[in-house]
Amino acid sequence: MKMILKNWAGAVLAMALTLSVSSPALAAKEVTLLNVSYDPTREFYEDTNKAFAKYWKEKTGETVTINQSHGGSGKQARAVIDGLDADVVTLALAYDIDALNEKANLIPKEWQSRLPNNSSPYASTIVFLVRKGNPKGIKDWDDLARAGISVITPNPKTSGGARWNYLAAWVYALRKWNSDEEKTKEFVKAIYKNVPVLDSGARGSTTTFIEREIGDVLIAWENEAYLAVNELGKDKFEIVVPSLSILAEPPVTVVDKVADRRGTRKVAEAYLEYLYSDQGQEIATRHYYRSRNEKIAAQYADKFSKVELVTVDEAFGGWQKAHKAHFADKGTFDQIYQG
Amino acid sequence: MFSVSKKKRTIPGFGLSVGYTIFYLSLIVLIPLSTLFFKTASLDFGAFWEAVASPRTLAAYRLSFGASFIAALVNAVFGFLIAWVLARYSFPGKKIIDALVDLPFALPTAVAGIALTAIYSPHGWVGRPLAALGIKTAFNATGVVLALTFIGLPFVVRTIQPVLEDFDPAVEEAAASLGADRWQTFRRVIFPALFPPLLTGATMAFARALGEYGSVIFISGNMPSKTEIAPLLIMTKLEQYDYAGATAIAVVMLLVSFALFLVINYLQWLGSRRSGMNP
Repeated sequence: MKMILKNWAGAVLAMALTLSVSSPALAAKEVTLLNVSYDPTREFYEDTNKAFAKYWKEKTGETVTINQSHGGSGKQARAVIDGLDADVVTLALAYDIDALNEKANLIPKEWQSRLPNNSSPYASTIVFLVRKGNPKGIKDWDDLARAGISVITPNPKTSGGARWNYLAAWVYALRKWNSDEEKTKEFVKAIYKNVPVLDSGARGSTTTFIEREIGDVLIAWENEAYLAVNELGKDKFEIVVPSLSILAEPPVTVVDKVADRRGTRKVAEAYLEYLYSDQGQEIATRHYYRSRNEKIAAQYADKFSKVELVTVDEAFGGWQKAHKAHFADKGTFDQIYQG
Repeated sequence: MFSVSKKKRTIPGFGLSVGYTIFYLSLIVLIPLSTLFFKTASLDFGAFWEAVASPRTLAAYRLSFGASFIAALVNAVFGFLIAWVLARYSFPGKKIIDALVDLPFALPTAVAGIALTAIYSPHGWVGRPLAALGIKTAFNATGVVLALTFIGLPFVVRTIQPVLEDFDPAVEEAAASLGADRWQTFRRVIFPALFPPLLTGATMAFARALGEYGSVIFISGNMPSKTEIAPLLIMTKLEQYDYAGATAIAVVMLLVSFALFLVINYLQWLGSRRSGMNP
């Protein structure tokens, strides 16, 4: 019982602390921004925020502090809908940002056309991570559907990253079977038959593959795959780039209602524009995101493998449609797991 | 419990303290829970039924209730044993074991899930030899039970232990002096006194297990219709911004659990009345 009481005391204290921290600071000439982002961008935004604070200080003399919040993309969007004061959101997919418009009307419907490249300052793609020497000889999506291969990917119902994986496989199969929906579904089903564990998030799958040593191939964000190889040893893993993949465009936007209320619109917009600047793009490239700026992209061309990339808009007619067809209840993902 | 209100109360402050109790419970429990019902009410019956009775949801209920029940049973047996050892014997290192029991309370559940998976997965210390014997301890229902057993253990131990410690040795001596052997003493004297706390502890472990999410999702494998627990299904609905569908599943779980707890409380009341007849 004492233990429980202690826990309660802790909870009350934590609540009090949270309240006191989130009450607005009144210091003049000092701005704070909250950037609500998804999981694997933590290190990238740490660097960006430092660089932007310096840039902003030089330009305007204002001191800007940018707080970061990271978590699963969908969870983060829900937190903002429920009232987390995010000045900007930088999430994994447009579907989650659309929800800010649909569920809470925090941003205008056409938010995605406000910034270049569908409001995605950086891009990534989906690649394979295999064990050193590629013992199972995995080259392309076909190999993932082979019997006897164990594939690790998270659950697209709970993970934004996993949806990109699923759509990438789908795009490849569509092309392979000349847009035959049934055959495409069979192909994707064969891949998911090879999945022994559907973790709830992308980091969970990375852990399953790397720490638990389960599976022959991990379907992952390119930047996560590079991080895994460079941080955990080139002697253990290799990256395999498929012949066709999806252009993953993690979008960003100012949350209009919050920024206007807090009076941070100007700095919030400058912050997002900074992501598009040469410096911003260089930082993104350093963190293995593909640059959208042709000059920077050319400069780092040899850092990334050449791969044909298809966008969600081209292949599925946008995220709303893709979600409805594949990830909503009774979508193709549910069908794959029925019988 | 209710007989108190019939008699004239001798302790002052009843009105104030009950008022506070109701206010507090409303703020912390009732009002948040009522929003569940309001959200669910936005569904028409067809959509509600679709959400709560699809084969996939039913499979999730089965797994959640089944695994929680097995975990509570396992905890009832082994928790009893641990409480017995801690209350009855003294040995070096007892304090440490005593503290270990509380760990599942304090540990963030995600950490527990990761740790359990590391050990019980097919490449873990315990999982590997067991896998060689053909027993899979992770990414299936066994893994779910394992995680739920872990988080439920302290509830059983901590409810039985104080009762056992306060148990008057004179009662046992009396039983012995009346000619009961040790097994009879345990069965007819000690166990009946311990049964109510045992039931309470197991119920608490069961309730805790039903709602557990953090530790289970790491070890369960999360395969649709196979190893998907009901809380995960709620999360997947939320991830699609289907708040009403999520709360519908939650409401069903809540009602079923509430009914179960009523039954258990009734059993306990029966039990206490029976043991109360010959004190």
